[in-house]
Amino acid sequence: MARIELTVDGAQVSDDVEPRMLLVQYLREKLGKTGTVIGCDTSNCGACTVHLDGRSVKSCNVLAVQANGHEVTTIEGLAEPGSLHAMQEAFHECHALQCGFCTPGMIMQSVDLLNDNPNPSEDEIRNGLEGNLCRCTGYHNIVRAVQAAAAAGATTAQPAAEKVEA
Amino acid sequence: MIPAKFDYLAATSVEEALSALSQSDDAKVIAGGQSLLPVLRMRLNAPDLLVDIGGIDTLKEIRDDGDSIVIGAMAPYYEILANDAVKNSLGLLHKAISEVADPQIRHRGTLGGALVHADPAGDCGAPVLALDGELVIAGQGGERTVAAVDFFEDLFTTAVGEDELLTHIRIPKYDGWGSNYQKFVRVAHQWPIVAVGAAVKTDGGTISEARIGLVNMGSTALRARATEQALVGREATVDGVREACDLAAEGANPPSDLNGDADYRRHLATVLTRRAVLAAAGG
Repeated sequence: MARIELTVDGAQVSDDVEPRMLLVQYLREKLGKTGTVIGCDTSNCGACTVHLDGRSVKSCNVLAVQANGHEVTTIEGLAEPGSLHAMQEAFHECHALQCGFCTPGMIMQSVDLLNDNPNPSEDEIRNGLEGNLCRCTGYHNIVRAVQAAAAAGATTAQPAAEKVEA
Repeated sequence: MIPAKFDYLAATSVEEALSALSQSDDAKVIAGGQSLLPVLRMRLNAPDLLVDIGGIDTLKEIRDDGDSIVIGAMAPYYEILANDAVKNSLGLLHKAISEVADPQIRHRGTLGGALVHADPAGDCGAPVLALDGELVIAGQGGERTVAAVDFFEDLFTTAVGEDELLTHIRIPKYDGWGSNYQKFVRVAHQWPIVAVGAAVKTDGGTISEARIGLVNMGSTALRARATEQALVGREATVDGVREACDLAAEGANPPSDLNGDADYRRHLATVLTRRAVLAAAGG
């Protein structure tokens, strides 16, 4: 077993884990953060995307021990409880999902995309989301949601409520 | 999918990593892990010990060293992409890295890890080869430097020994050269069926020097030397470069698979080389 200490969605956590435990397993099975889902389990689909030190990663392709000493943000930590991040709001408004399975990863990657490039073109959005697969609807409304969130000035750290006032 | 059990060491220095590697018969180095973790999860490999070099800060530097640029083996792709010296002086490498997988993978994945993984379908090997990169390898006896041409030995096999560690990649600057990377895929974030990287120096519309790297055209990254030589003195036009680019697959031994047979890949290599050379030459 290996000792890890990290910050997850703003809370300090420490645990003994097997070195082979994946970050996504740790988040779901140890911390109960089932908002982060396992899709393909082969690092293709992006459904498990979280932020590690503020950058998007596929949490099925990171070991929990590699997150030791670092900061993880999941879809559950994107906004204060009871409120929505501007990107979540935009996905809701633009109907950017059907079954919703890809949505946590789509939203986390979309937030990362706007952190890098606050005003992306449609091409830049599609390229920025190339590591996230949606098997229901295609990507049309997802792209619209990212455009809407960009127009609303979405960034990582601020919950939607604060953004409305800003 | 969960990897088989392994012991884990988070090395804090190159020395500590080397010492751990020398004491184990079956250790693997993990850098960003973006190629290794899928391999472990599919249990294509099951090492006894994983030596994590992610905490060795000296391996993360990207340094402008006058005539060359030095990239630490642990520098993640996105840091390399954000580096102005790389963008300005190693345009071909910059363009190839921007095509690696997807943003999430580029946040974790490293150039050093990809080179030691040595997948001939990887985007980075051929550009490093074409640009005459040098690989700095540390062992317990000290450091040695290996030219890229001697580094890639075979499929997934490099000059890095079991007890050694790639620490840095040194690549001479190509200031004033044009570059282009043509990656042929059927769907987004796939490995290239074939890709071609070109760096070209022109003088008044005539090509004076060229470097061409081929991806997925054999068991290692390859260089299209016949084309490089034949391009010298040619006009940077479709007709000017056609004959030289038709030599691109000379000496290559590409695989046949579901994406295309070897002959198709040979043809593709000539077409992509022509496109890459013309785009690199600004024509």
